Amino acid sequence: MKPNLILHVVAKFLIPLIIIFALYVQFHGDFGPGGGFQAGVIFSAALILYALVFGLDAAEKIIPSHILRILASLGLVIYAGVGVVTLLLGGNYLDYTVLGSTQIAGQHLGILLVELGVGITVAAVMLIIFFSFAGRGRV
Amino acid sequence: MDHISLLLVVIPLITAPIVAVLPRGRLPWAVTLVVTTLCALLAGMQLWTVLHEGVISYELGGWAPPWGIEYRIDAVNAFVALIVASIAAITLPYALLSVEQEIPEEKIPLFYSALLLCLTGLLGITQTGDIFNVFVFLEISSLSSYALISLGKERQALTSAFQYLIMGTIGATFYLIGVGLIYSQTGSLNMQDIATILPGVVHLKTVDTGFAFIMIGIAIKLAMFPLHLWLPNAYTYAPSVVTVFLAATATKVALYVMLRILFIVFPHGFALATPVEELFIVAGIASIIIASIYAIYQEDVKRLLAYSSVAQIGYMVLGIGFASATGVTAALVHMFNHALMKGALFMAVGAIIYRIGACRMDQIHGLGRAMPWTFGAIVIAALSLIGVPGTAGFISKWYLVSAALEQSAWISVAVILFGSLLAVVYMGKLIEALYFKPITETGKEVTEAPLLLLAPMWTLVLANIYFGLDTNLTVGVAETAAATLGVMKP
Repeated sequence: MKPNLILHVVAKFLIPLIIIFALYVQFHGDFGPGGGFQAGVIFSAALILYALVFGLDAAEKIIPSHILRILASLGLVIYAGVGVVTLLLGGNYLDYTVLGSTQIAGQHLGILLVELGVGITVAAVMLIIFFSFAGRGRV
Repeated sequence: MDHISLLLVVIPLITAPIVAVLPRGRLPWAVTLVVTTLCALLAGMQLWTVLHEGVISYELGGWAPPWGIEYRIDAVNAFVALIVASIAAITLPYALLSVEQEIPEEKIPLFYSALLLCLTGLLGITQTGDIFNVFVFLEISSLSSYALISLGKERQALTSAFQYLIMGTIGATFYLIGVGLIYSQTGSLNMQDIATILPGVVHLKTVDTGFAFIMIGIAIKLAMFPLHLWLPNAYTYAPSVVTVFLAATATKVALYVMLRILFIVFPHGFALATPVEELFIVAGIASIIIASIYAIYQEDVKRLLAYSSVAQIGYMVLGIGFASATGVTAALVHMFNHALMKGALFMAVGAIIYRIGACRMDQIHGLGRAMPWTFGAIVIAALSLIGVPGTAGFISKWYLVSAALEQSAWISVAVILFGSLLAVVYMGKLIEALYFKPITETGKEVTEAPLLLLAPMWTLVLANIYFGLDTNLTVGVAETAAATLGVMKP
């Protein structure tokens, strides 16, 4: 791939901002518009931009595909695991109230963890989809 | 104990991602085996609890229905959940060798993961009491089954999975549009709640439209004639284990959703005022005759059995079309019995594929003598499919004919009996090829299938005989279930 100075500079400037914005959408999801799904897509967009500008090999060095597969599973396990924890604490499945000392604290913590799981899985799956299409025919 | 109905969905759901990252080898299979066995036990316990202590209601997240999602288990869904979970548990021992041969090694953990997700979806549909939640689980089970079908050995597996994806998505979308229309008029997604609100708005055309969308959507998932076109390809090209599992469970669950919507969500008499039942009877009759005739002319054994499945779905649809207690009982009993016989038949065909790598009619000549146990399984399951007394198939045909006689539906009686004759022809053709044709010389010695394939196959075969003699579980539960559905015609 031919290095392109303008693209490199702009990408290096934008990628941290995109990641910060993704984290903002992720953790602000319980107060305003946002949440795990959107944040995951934005987060993966940062890495896809990196792969487009610096090449697939460089991107795979940052996140190898076997790590992506584990992350994709991890998110779902976090989500379902929060439900199992609430079961063990004596509540119904995904009844976050039992997670905290007060109802509000419990609900807050629960939705935060669940959305974190969603965010991780969505970001990982978006990247897996991108890598498997972009990497076709290279093997 | 309160959490049985939930654990049934959550255990396979949380194991699926873990299995996906397990190392290659037999560990993914072992974990899946443990999970499916556990699910079958839980489903048995759930049915026992429902029959002895009444309806189970579980509030997800502690939000009270109708706002939160409610899992509501009565005799009907406990029965269907037991069918799904026990078929999964019986299929898994069979899966080990068959999957090792048919699926590339690096994909095996993902295969079991997708199988668990499919199980999650199917069990979820049976457990939930929320019509939108049904859609979510429908998509979980469908998406994973598209992936499972596409793993078949031949390249046509990809096109048939894609064909199923298109049809399945249209079906799911229609269902969702219907749910949206109902929601716009009732403001509720909880089945029980909708059932109490609907009588007030039942005169609106929106409700009629929503009902029609939901029925067509599920009819596609159910492979009800003439919306069955995805089914023969999907069953033919899927890996053997997937065919066994889907043939015995997926369409049954769709049939359950149909029953639930027809008799519980919509008010009594609503379906009777529409031409739905006449349509069901016509579609049932057409699929019994046309699909059976198609089955006779198939050269591929799996495709033959797939067309036979379409015909058998016709019997269940016909049972619902009678809209009587006996009719619905017959449909539910046949749902159970058909899972047994088609499970056994597809397992036997899978064993033949395991040995010779194919199952076209001209390749299996004389194999019955080389594989006597597999052949025996095919013969007994075929007798059950035909409906010979002493097998499970007879019981379902008996109730179906009784339901038709109750309403003096002579044409239906004739069609049911004629359908059995057609089954004699197409199963006879298979048995003739397997036993009476001279062996084609290929230079290879074919031996009996390994015990790990035979044991689950014969479990189902013996179940076919057992449930043909002792009908306490099947008919007893199906009658309770039909009573729960509050079927309207006498």
